[in-house]
Amino acid sequence: MASPSQATRTYGWRVVDIVVTSVLGVATGIIFLGWNFVGGAGFDTLDKVTPGLGGLAVGIWLIGGVLGGLIIRKPGAALAVELIAASVSAALGSQWGITTLYSGLAQGLGAELIFLVFAYRRWGLVPAALAGAGAAVGEWILELFIPGNIAKSVAFNVIYLVSMVISGAVLAGGVGWALTKALAASGALSRFAAGREARADV
Amino acid sequence: MRPAQVCLSRWGWRHAGRAAWATSGVSLRIEPGERVLLLGASGAGKSTLLHALAGVLGSSDEGEEAGSLTVDGVRPRPGSCGLVMQDPDAQTILERVGDDVAFGLENLAVPRDEIWPRVRTALADVGLALPLDHSTERLSGGQRQRLALAGALAMRPGLLLLDEPTANLDPVGVEEVRDAVGRLVADRSTTLVVVEHRIATWLPIVDRVVVLAAGGGVVADGAPDEVFSVHGAELAALGAWVPGIGHGLVPRVPPTSAGPILSARDLTIGYEAERPVRTVAALDLPTGMSTTFTGANGSGKTTLALTLAGLLPPLSGHVEASPAMSPPGLRPRGDARTDPAQWRSKELLTRLGTVFQDPEHQFVASTVADEIAIGLRALRRPAPEISRRVAELLEQLHLTRLAKANPFTLSGGEKRRLSVGTVLATSPDVMFLDEPTFGQDRRTWVDLVRLVTAQLEAGTTVVSVTHDSDYLDLLGEHRVHLEAAS
Amino acid sequence: MSVSNQAPRTALDRVNPVTRIAAAIIVSLPLLVTLDWVSGATMSAIVVVTALALGFRPVFIARRVWPVLVFAPLAGVSMALYGKPGGSVHVDWFLIHVTDNSLRLALAVMLRVLALGAPTILLFTGIDPTDLADGLAQVWRLPARFVLGALAGFRLVSRFVDDWRSLALARRARGLGDTGAVRRWASMAFAMLVIAIRRGSKLATAMEARGFGTAERTWARESSVGPADLALVLACVAAVSVALVAAVSAGTFWAVWS
Repeated sequence: MASPSQATRTYGWRVVDIVVTSVLGVATGIIFLGWNFVGGAGFDTLDKVTPGLGGLAVGIWLIGGVLGGLIIRKPGAALAVELIAASVSAALGSQWGITTLYSGLAQGLGAELIFLVFAYRRWGLVPAALAGAGAAVGEWILELFIPGNIAKSVAFNVIYLVSMVISGAVLAGGVGWALTKALAASGALSRFAAGREARADV
Repeated sequence: MRPAQVCLSRWGWRHAGRAAWATSGVSLRIEPGERVLLLGASGAGKSTLLHALAGVLGSSDEGEEAGSLTVDGVRPRPGSCGLVMQDPDAQTILERVGDDVAFGLENLAVPRDEIWPRVRTALADVGLALPLDHSTERLSGGQRQRLALAGALAMRPGLLLLDEPTANLDPVGVEEVRDAVGRLVADRSTTLVVVEHRIATWLPIVDRVVVLAAGGGVVADGAPDEVFSVHGAELAALGAWVPGIGHGLVPRVPPTSAGPILSARDLTIGYEAERPVRTVAALDLPTGMSTTFTGANGSGKTTLALTLAGLLPPLSGHVEASPAMSPPGLRPRGDARTDPAQWRSKELLTRLGTVFQDPEHQFVASTVADEIAIGLRALRRPAPEISRRVAELLEQLHLTRLAKANPFTLSGGEKRRLSVGTVLATSPDVMFLDEPTFGQDRRTWVDLVRLVTAQLEAGTTVVSVTHDSDYLDLLGEHRVHLEAAS
Repeated sequence: MSVSNQAPRTALDRVNPVTRIAAAIIVSLPLLVTLDWVSGATMSAIVVVTALALGFRPVFIARRVWPVLVFAPLAGVSMALYGKPGGSVHVDWFLIHVTDNSLRLALAVMLRVLALGAPTILLFTGIDPTDLADGLAQVWRLPARFVLGALAGFRLVSRFVDDWRSLALARRARGLGDTGAVRRWASMAFAMLVIAIRRGSKLATAMEARGFGTAERTWARESSVGPADLALVLACVAAVSVALVAAVSAGTFWAVWS
């Protein structure tokens, strides 16, 4: 039985990388658009009356960047997925407009920096969780300015940061990692390294 | 445009991460202007070969190549050949018809003032008389495939590659595409390679048949008559519809029906109240017989089937199930509830089963065995009974060796059989099938027809939405034809 | 997916889509330096008046802007409860301190949410994705591969609605429609992702087969900027300057870093 062929590593973006990044961004943007209006409002109300614990619910919104990194595995993928998801949300009329794009940028950069620190070579559960946490930190920093959290008490901001980081690590990082594995098992990722790792030799 | 010459010498390809070669040891020479039909078992690497000729197989990180493959003496560059693939939805690149056709020309750096005249010519050549800003969203399958053809054609390729271009089309679409291609290659200014299992469609156009073997290499190569007379039976066994070799099945003798099992009166169907699809004054489905719904695209066949199956509530009017089949009333000694749209999801499992047009829409589990077991588990059957029934069905569907595989990784025919299996598991009284033989090769076709006939023999009522005339001949016991909705 | 079908025809149609994005950035970023009610109120007023002048109908404006109005009070509540304390104290309980200062900041935040949201919602309506892609690649000179690849993936969206509906009906048919809404949603979302990624991969192959992604390309549709674009940019600079100047002269300017 012949051994599997060796794939040489490349950092350049192929057309399929670009198109699937866009697909992931659009899918994430749409799924959370509905959430914005329905669940989002509920969570936001809770968020606004508790001292920062609302951060615990934020994590799932950050999943786009993690998925982008884990599936595409090219520099800039996490940022690109977040930006596209944000554009979809902004274009289809969420209540935020351009600030959605700024969020996408902040979250994407946060996740992207973590993947960069791992030199775009490590794609396991730990890098995923850290990337989710990174996206959360990015959003926290942005929210110091846009809703003006910098003018709130230190206690609020600390609680908010901690709860967002936990949420990002678990809901974005953990769920994102599990989702990538499930997608690979379904064969949808056959043109990506993430998919080839998962398959038994056939 | 000059027709291209194709030359393969002991060529093979292995996808990254796999142990087996997708194809190997293929030596073949195609002269300029020839029109070749490429056949072989699924897995023999026909698509791989076409993708290689189009230059889109992927770089060295996606696999390994052996031997040599050249078009006009050089390695193929992407964009030098025209490629039309099977899925009409995944080849439309831009929103407007004109922009989509112009896409290839932009990539080839053709100057803007030459682009639009070439776009218009290409659209005319494939018979798409549409304004350039017509939305590509609102095109039928046949129109989309012709649009893809126009997009390839505008680039004036010397080699035209068609990978099962009509597999997902209805008979009208198939003819449209075949006729368009026929006109294009009539003057022999383009070399043509077609992969298809519906041979009769392409026979008038091709002048050479090449058969690839599953293990590697070329098994047969020559004029159609020669190849079919020597290898016809073998090819039919592998799934191709060889002219002269039919399916060998005969229609059963239908029983006399005991009355309608489902009826519709004054029915208006659709997905939204503002956009009704059609109305049906009266319709009865006879018990124990095979009913077929036929009609043009857009006549509402699928919508009607989904409404009768209790999945889509009617916009007005009502559907009535026979009391014998209906679940008991909610209050003690209340009347049986005969409106399927009101039934709970679990109540549908043993009464009205539906096989969707796209099997992937139905998949909810991560292994084939679990997929079949889902309905039984929802009904809370005991575990030993579930295992027994699953093993039985896997055997019947020839899916036993795939029991642990992920449903999404199956081939087209295997997915179709699995989706039928998931419905059979709970033994419904009525089974709805939406285009069951769509795009299937001969082997799967025969398997499916046998499965359906076995269900009919066991007393199940079957309703099929179909375009397939062979299917109608065998299973059109009670035919309902839907005229185009006004 | 063409959003342009639903939008009214206004003077903004003469402007290149990328300029509209630039305009949205111009009217939002500078407002972030101050947290006060005058800048927010002034900007909101300017936006409504300009929108009416450009040809947007009041009903349309209201429909687009009401989600922002719904959300603004929520943002305000959080600031009222947790904002920096100052002045007389109204409520003091555990971590919650409602004071004059926090109430002032709350009002400022609400108006700022309105000021940030309203113009950008109006600027984004009616943009045709293909025109936007042309603008990004030809005017802003972003790499064509990325812009067009993203546009192609974006277009697969319109299929999602039909697929989603089918996925839902199929689950009812499989006996899974009665309970477990969250699990059902998750299985639908997963199937949707599989189908979408697969379709995207095939689309990528189709694009490559048409020569995409290799060398220089030409453009069948021309995208350019002209006087109307310049006018919009200048108008936005003027608007945001007026808002900030108004805040400074009213004495309410309050830098966020203080």
